Amino acid sequence: MTTTLEKPLVTSTEEPKWLSERRASGLSLFNELPMPTARDEAWRFASVGRLSIDDYDVADAPSAATLAALDARSALIQSRAGSLVYVDDTQARFEPISAELAAQGVIYLPVAQALEQHPELMEQYFLQESTELGSKKFFGLHASLVRAGSVLYIPKGVEVSEPFVNYYWTSGERAAVFPHTLIIAEDNAKAAVVDIFFSETEENEALNISVSNILAGDGSNIFRKVVQDWNEKTVSFQLDTTVAGRSTEVRNLAVNIGAARARFENQARIEGPGAHVKMYSLTVAEENQDFDQRTFQTHNAPNAVSDLLYKNALLDNSRSIFSGLIKVAKGAQQTDAYQTNRNLLLDPTAEANSLPGLEILANDVKCSHGATTGNVDENELFYMMSRGIDKRTAMKLMVFGFFEEIIEQADSEELADSLRELIRNKFETKIK
Amino acid sequence: MSDTEIQDEAINVDTEKGNFKYPESYAYDAGVGLNEDTIRYISKVKNEDPWILDFRLKALEVFEKKPMPTKWADKDLENIHFDKIRYYLAKGQQPSRTWDEVPDDVKETFERLGIPEQERKFLAGVEAQFDSEAAYSRMKEDLEKEGVIFVGSSEGLAKYPEIFRPYFGKVIPTADNKFSALNSATFSGGSFIYVPKGVKLKQPLQAYFRINAENFGQFERTLIIADEGAEITYMEGCTAPKFETTTLHSAVVELVALKGAKIQYITVQNWSSNVFNLVTKRGMADEDAEVKWIDCNIGSRLTMKYPGVVLKGKGARGEVLSIALANNKQHQDTGAKMMHLADNTTSNIISKSISIGEGRSTYRGQVHMPKHLKNCKNNTECDALLINTNSRTDTYPAITTRGENNTVQHEASVSKVSAEQIFYMMQRGLSEGEAMSLAVNGFVNDLMKAFPMEYSVELKRLIDMEMEGSVG
Repeated sequence: MTTTLEKPLVTSTEEPKWLSERRASGLSLFNELPMPTARDEAWRFASVGRLSIDDYDVADAPSAATLAALDARSALIQSRAGSLVYVDDTQARFEPISAELAAQGVIYLPVAQALEQHPELMEQYFLQESTELGSKKFFGLHASLVRAGSVLYIPKGVEVSEPFVNYYWTSGERAAVFPHTLIIAEDNAKAAVVDIFFSETEENEALNISVSNILAGDGSNIFRKVVQDWNEKTVSFQLDTTVAGRSTEVRNLAVNIGAARARFENQARIEGPGAHVKMYSLTVAEENQDFDQRTFQTHNAPNAVSDLLYKNALLDNSRSIFSGLIKVAKGAQQTDAYQTNRNLLLDPTAEANSLPGLEILANDVKCSHGATTGNVDENELFYMMSRGIDKRTAMKLMVFGFFEEIIEQADSEELADSLRELIRNKFETKIK
Repeated sequence: MSDTEIQDEAINVDTEKGNFKYPESYAYDAGVGLNEDTIRYISKVKNEDPWILDFRLKALEVFEKKPMPTKWADKDLENIHFDKIRYYLAKGQQPSRTWDEVPDDVKETFERLGIPEQERKFLAGVEAQFDSEAAYSRMKEDLEKEGVIFVGSSEGLAKYPEIFRPYFGKVIPTADNKFSALNSATFSGGSFIYVPKGVKLKQPLQAYFRINAENFGQFERTLIIADEGAEITYMEGCTAPKFETTTLHSAVVELVALKGAKIQYITVQNWSSNVFNLVTKRGMADEDAEVKWIDCNIGSRLTMKYPGVVLKGKGARGEVLSIALANNKQHQDTGAKMMHLADNTTSNIISKSISIGEGRSTYRGQVHMPKHLKNCKNNTECDALLINTNSRTDTYPAITTRGENNTVQHEASVSKVSAEQIFYMMQRGLSEGEAMSLAVNGFVNDLMKAFPMEYSVELKRLIDMEMEGSVG
């Protein structure tokens, strides 16, 4: 490999020993694990032949003008509890939480400041959950180079109604970025986080390897929403994990619009009974975009529910892979686990791959998965056209209806409208 | 009401069934282990043409090169010791034509297998396989008159090369997988059938298979060709005696349905619980042809079998209906493959599995629709039933879809027999075991209807036997 990313990170401030060790072991993971091949089950159907992370550099700090310009463009959500903007992993904005929340013990900080101010908390949780879905190598690289990201800690019983909003921009040419999201919710805490991925222009080529770790304490309620709208020159890895305790409610919502190729690994591990985990994703793919989604719902405790709905709409020569697995461990009785993948093929050259899997080791469970792939329903189209709606409008209504099932889960009209707008920009002219 | 203690109790497999064996008096024995000499020996004994020997030797090379598929398959495969298996064994007798010519001990085996006398009357021809060669083969005269060929693999290749050679190893190439290569190197026995244009067989053809030598792998090879507009139903059932060490069974079954032809292939697999059953089955369906696999797996230690249909001609149809029953220490790793290669092709997969005790059942599926196709449809349904708390089931489908107006739907569900159902039946006087058995039979009932009557009766009986003792 000729990538220049193997260089150890030189940090301005001295890092604690535990972190240097974690970075070093991350780097050795990256160096020792082989690049994925078509023969790896975790990469089945993936176009690994075209996967390359060569010739990217750890991003340089952008100019002050760029930082200011992109900060100004970070305006998707106005009402928020706190906000961070990064450009090429350099902080452009930090809007801290109110004094009131701080008094309740809420912590919301950029990774660097969290390391300085809360070393014990960070030592306990930072970089401790890796993906198990095939990209350990890239998790290793993230661990060795991460410097940007948000850390959110919500103490026992505290509920924050407004979301925390983080923007991650890429700007430099061949820049590699490593955004990190860490959410620690103590018992009965409640919070929502929105992570937004944007590119400065349509042309800047970038590599993203982001990691998100959610640790949801007993009875907590966490909602993480991700808007991924990189330009179509970006190679992206999103390696997300959730650990859910007793009686938690955790929701993950991902809207994926951008990137040349995007690998999205999302795993939820249920460790406490009565947990309720939902995973939603909507992907709109065009041209030669390649979306590779791997999910894992693990039930290690009884009486829990997990529900997954991944929808993909595919245009042109785009390609999607949905590979999901529900695993119900021995003794995880009274589990309800569902997994649904719906693919809408809007062009004959688009390709959808679906691998919905189940591994069930307990008998008193309700588990199901469904996968469908097809075109727009001719009967529905006919119905609308026979009522005087022209074909293009009818198609649009149906396609946006397909998206709406996910968008309406956003739980925020402001975000939902922004999402509709983003999708419309990309999509509307494409519908024939 | 059942408490978990009772539920967790192990299930007694009826190991006595088929648990008998006769003195080994094999005239031809290729010895233990596999190398080039074994292959040359088999070919020589069979008096084969040189091209068949070449085919076998090339296959041996492929077999030795291919890795075991353990990166995704059951690690239990590592317990197969290829150097401890006998690869060929035969009575050294010509396939018999009349019942009188069949040796008495073979007849006795059939008696104990319970092929009822009257069933034979209904069946058009019975080809019963005792070890690797056909020991008994008969065809009704009217079938012969219609030009139907129903012979063993060796006889088929020797006597009718112009019919069978063009398709032999074409639907399932030698290098398809490690075990198809093994079969291609060592095959003996099996059925070669040709049904001429327009001939529609009203009665199913049937063959029973048996393994009767310790450490002896059975590598039968079946090729069925239904010419244009022909129709045939073939039934394969098996039961094997119990042995101390493991046995390997690795068949290759190829079906060729030419334009407008219909082939239905029915299997009831009930090998004893020490048999590795690693089978490759695939059909090719031409224009408007139909290939239907009806597959029922009850026995064996590990079964890996994914019947497939290559939908090669416009309007072709493929179907796989399967029932798997995994009892203690069994792994039924079954599934289906549908390769759509022409417009307007449709396929349907319905798979039901039942895991009892520590049994494990797995569904693996593949559906493929490439981009140049139009109006193709696939429907897949997998339902799994888990009886005991430590039963296990897995589902691993893989679906690729492109093209215009193609639709694919896949659904799978996992459930247990509801306590209310059992309670209801027990209130009405059934024992818990009977209630469970009834519920399981209900679960597979709609698929059972797809089997010919005599098979569904046999199957119900087998399921009842397997369910015995599953709930205390």
